[in-house]
Amino acid sequence: MAKIFAVTLILIAIGSAIPIIWHIWEPPADISTHGALIDEQMSETMAEAGLSFLAAQFVLAIFVWIFSNRPKGAKIGHFPGGATAMVLAGFLLVGTEVIALGIFGSRAWASVYFQPPAADAMPIQVQAGQFAFYFRYPGPDGKFGPMHPNLINEANLNFFGLDYNESATKDDIVTAEMAIPVNREVHLLMHSKDLGHSFYVPELRIQQDFVPGLDLSVHFTATKIGKYEIVCTQLCGLGHYNMRAYLYVYSQQDFDDWLKKEAALQ
Amino acid sequence: MKRDYRRTPVLLLAGLAIICFGALLMSQKVSAAAEGKITGTVKLEGAAPHMRGIDMSKDPYCVKQHENSPAHLENVVVGSGGGLENVVLYLSQGLPPAAANEVASGEPVFDQKGCMYTPHVLAMDINQKYKVITSDQTTHNIHPLPNPLTGNIPWNESQPPGAPPLIKSWKAEEVAIPVKCNIHPWMHGYFVVVKGPYGTTDTNGSYTISGVPPGSYTVTAWQEEYPAQTQKVTVTAGAPATADFTFKAK
Repeated sequence: MAKIFAVTLILIAIGSAIPIIWHIWEPPADISTHGALIDEQMSETMAEAGLSFLAAQFVLAIFVWIFSNRPKGAKIGHFPGGATAMVLAGFLLVGTEVIALGIFGSRAWASVYFQPPAADAMPIQVQAGQFAFYFRYPGPDGKFGPMHPNLINEANLNFFGLDYNESATKDDIVTAEMAIPVNREVHLLMHSKDLGHSFYVPELRIQQDFVPGLDLSVHFTATKIGKYEIVCTQLCGLGHYNMRAYLYVYSQQDFDDWLKKEAALQ
Repeated sequence: MKRDYRRTPVLLLAGLAIICFGALLMSQKVSAAAEGKITGTVKLEGAAPHMRGIDMSKDPYCVKQHENSPAHLENVVVGSGGGLENVVLYLSQGLPPAAANEVASGEPVFDQKGCMYTPHVLAMDINQKYKVITSDQTTHNIHPLPNPLTGNIPWNESQPPGAPPLIKSWKAEEVAIPVKCNIHPWMHGYFVVVKGPYGTTDTNGSYTISGVPPGSYTVTAWQEEYPAQTQKVTVTAGAPATADFTFKAK
């Protein structure tokens, strides 16, 4: 019985490893300039955790096989050095692994968060609110007009609370979908209208929470033209499942045409 | 003294008259034969404001419903003849208590169709039952926002595709209750809760208020963007009274 259990253990371990090793469920292809480090971090984590997992399962199975069918009353061995040594060994083994991953991962984190956006990055504002994302482009003057929360009126599509009589606001372009030119750095200025949301585009390897009361930002460059989905990944209420917008990465020409079209709809 | 036998029938008749008069006074229903009507047209003077197009891209089902007919805001809807749609007319003054508390027959229906509210404005009486239905294959979450000081209590309810109708009513007069959808931020409408008979203008700006007992009244015309206007009318049993309104575009 025990030997069957040992074999089953090995089979389950190998069975779980196969989809990972053969890349059966891969994250979507990376379309960002910073994503390579993140994907590398993911692979390293998978490899380290995976090898530790397989090793643990194999050792367990071997022990079960060797020490199965022992007579009652047989002597039970102890970890050399006793309980303290065992705990210390476990601590060092797992600790080293975790710290190593942390050190390697800090490079990926720093490349996104400790690097300021380029001076000529294109600013785009995004507001998250139950249950939609709305975007604002500064228009030809390059300035965002001030927001007045008391002027927010969804019935009139004034999601940002803008006063169109103010000079900086006159040429602002508010849209329900986000478009960016390919290979151009974008500086995304984020704030929440109400509570916690999150901006996640899997292909861009960008995920950043909106924290109510904070003005946060991320910056990135997209390298592949296409249509991608922005999903909210912070539970924000009953409409969270439906909270999304679409991101279009266009050629510079197509982006200019799109922006002109949106400006005409203001 | 000889008994006066003429007194008895007189007393009987008087008693009968008092009973009939009392019954008439206490009756809640106003006789249909004596009811009048108020009709009219509401127009917008000046250029109608541009109603912006709505970007529904966050819900591809909604986008699909408007493939051939783009959706626009419906805050000010003007017909070809200059008639203003979605104006609610009601009697703000002059209604006798019986008529004011009478609940109109029928169950007004508020539909969620193509990710827009149809009709954009729904008028109803206090305590009149109205129905909220969904014709869409995407989930809506209707959320009326009454002013709690009136006594009306806010609520919201989800209706996934195929959900049964919601039967609701309001217990206090309120002109008007904004209605929004929690899932689709651009969806907007109004419930207008009034006392007594009411009417809503159609695409030509024409309305009819039926079932008005003869008397003098103040008719109020309410439109969501423009300040309300009033007019005094006198209704007689035979001829319908007329009250036309003109709102000025800003």
